[in-house]
Amino acid sequence: MSSTLYKNYLLQSEPNKFSLDNLKDGEMIVNMGPQHPSTHGVLRLEVVTDGEIVTDVAPHIGYLHRCFEKHAEHMAYNQTIPYVDRMDYLAAMNSEHVWCMGVEKLLGITDQIPKRVEYIRVLVAELNRIASHFVAIGTYGIDIGAFTPFLWMLRDREHIQRLLEWVSGARMLYNYIWVGGLYYDLPIGFEKRCQEFIDYLQPKLDEIDTVLLENKIFIDRTANVGILPMDVAINYGCSGPMLRGSGLKYDLRRVDGYSVYPELEFEVPTGTGLVGSVGDCWDRNYVRALECRESVKIIQQCLDRLQGDHKRTPDFDPQAGCPKKLRTTGTQELYFRAETPRGELGYFFRTTDRSDMPFRCKGRSPCFSNLSVLHEIAKGCMVADLIAIVGSVDIVLGELDR
Amino acid sequence: MSFEELRDFIVDAFGAEVVVAEKTDNLQSYLVLQTERLSEVCLALHDHELTYFDFLSCVTGIDNGPEAGTMEVAYNLYSIPYDHHLMLKVQVPRNNTQDQPIPQVPTVSHIWRTADWHEREVFDMVGIYFKDHPDMRRILCAADWEGHPLRRDYELQEYYHGIKVPFDQHNELNGFKGEPQQLVGQPTPFSDKREKPE
Repeated sequence: MSSTLYKNYLLQSEPNKFSLDNLKDGEMIVNMGPQHPSTHGVLRLEVVTDGEIVTDVAPHIGYLHRCFEKHAEHMAYNQTIPYVDRMDYLAAMNSEHVWCMGVEKLLGITDQIPKRVEYIRVLVAELNRIASHFVAIGTYGIDIGAFTPFLWMLRDREHIQRLLEWVSGARMLYNYIWVGGLYYDLPIGFEKRCQEFIDYLQPKLDEIDTVLLENKIFIDRTANVGILPMDVAINYGCSGPMLRGSGLKYDLRRVDGYSVYPELEFEVPTGTGLVGSVGDCWDRNYVRALECRESVKIIQQCLDRLQGDHKRTPDFDPQAGCPKKLRTTGTQELYFRAETPRGELGYFFRTTDRSDMPFRCKGRSPCFSNLSVLHEIAKGCMVADLIAIVGSVDIVLGELDR
Repeated sequence: MSFEELRDFIVDAFGAEVVVAEKTDNLQSYLVLQTERLSEVCLALHDHELTYFDFLSCVTGIDNGPEAGTMEVAYNLYSIPYDHHLMLKVQVPRNNTQDQPIPQVPTVSHIWRTADWHEREVFDMVGIYFKDHPDMRRILCAADWEGHPLRRDYELQEYYHGIKVPFDQHNELNGFKGEPQQLVGQPTPFSDKREKPE
């Protein structure tokens, strides 16, 4: 390569990890991304290949870094909620839910949240979880050449987006869950429409199994590919469907039991190596598909309780519990974590005396840790399988780079 | 194990001097450890059958500012089989001397591989160097970015590859006649200043 090319700005700002001098005979460096649809955003992979075999891979991230942590230091806790939405834009309700629960714990008002508010929060978060998993499974199909399931799943996701638009006014970035309460109560008639949607969705979930997960081509492309052993997954801090796909029954909704999840009945699906080995790409997607069914169960129970014990009353004000002053007292540190569709999302807060802004706020992104295991499981695979592995991690670059 | 039992475990194994300070009147209790002995304590916490902290949730770098003159790194450990938490901290001076321009902390990335990327992020954002880390590069910012953005005394560089970096003058330069918007330090809607103007 000529020296003028080496002097260009791109190589200065994101230099390669591997150098040409250290390559073995027959190896070459192939750059994938940052602009490529199968990388699910702006992810750059620097791949060392020996023919068709991937011998090493180094992800370069940060192209979508939007300084969330710096912004959060200059905003009151309630003003940060829209920023939290934009981190994981496919599951904004879940991110909001985690943020608000963390701030409520800082303020010590966790016990004062009305039950109806909690059930509505869980309801919308689980709806969003289904939508997020649909994008994950659908785009994964596209990655390895199945186009139809993607269109079908986006069709069904559209219903969820319209339901959530009805609730909050926005299709993807909601700002609906507030610290201490909610923006609005559910719109009148929502429970009925949501019930209709659940009844509509269940046969569609069977359809996904038939058309995608049990498809011979899909199984051939994903079974026994990118096997992630459980101990490696734990050591790399993987969580969510990545860790459950590797066979560990670990779901923070059960482990920590936050919000009203202890009162709800649902299973924690794990990968069992049904068509290949435990922890392969197929298992991770199968876990996501099963989780959609569990989310349907949760939504059903929430709907029953929202029409039963915690029924809509005319004088119910979901904003009543929102504190007017978000003042925390003293220097406190708190790491709060909860389960989002991608895994353990955590926020580390450090407060200062009498301020409504955090002194330091760190977002622990599940995608960040999940992607860091990539070089471990992609070593020795084919280049085409690398795409299958990156897709099965289900990264959202907005959250990865924050 | 409770926090007290974990503290006693560390004190019994490594001596009382390894725990520099502890804070229990916090939402989450934590221990401040001797910086040099961090990695051996972490290795014992990871390997011992009674503690077995196999999951490192989060590594946070905190800059306390030039007045305080210290930086901190907080580690949030979790044990999946025992379901217990522990927050550990190390505190290092914020030295900017010629021979040691940025503070140094021993790495734990050989114990939990997830710390590899987390420590790179701390290095990138706060500017703490992790000794013996296998691959200490910037991770989120560009490799030739100047400064560490989450430091208290961080100042933006004027130009980056010929692109003007600070955004403050944007409105004036583009002929916007409205009120200049200033994000930093603006009183928030719920603060005293907004409700009771002086």
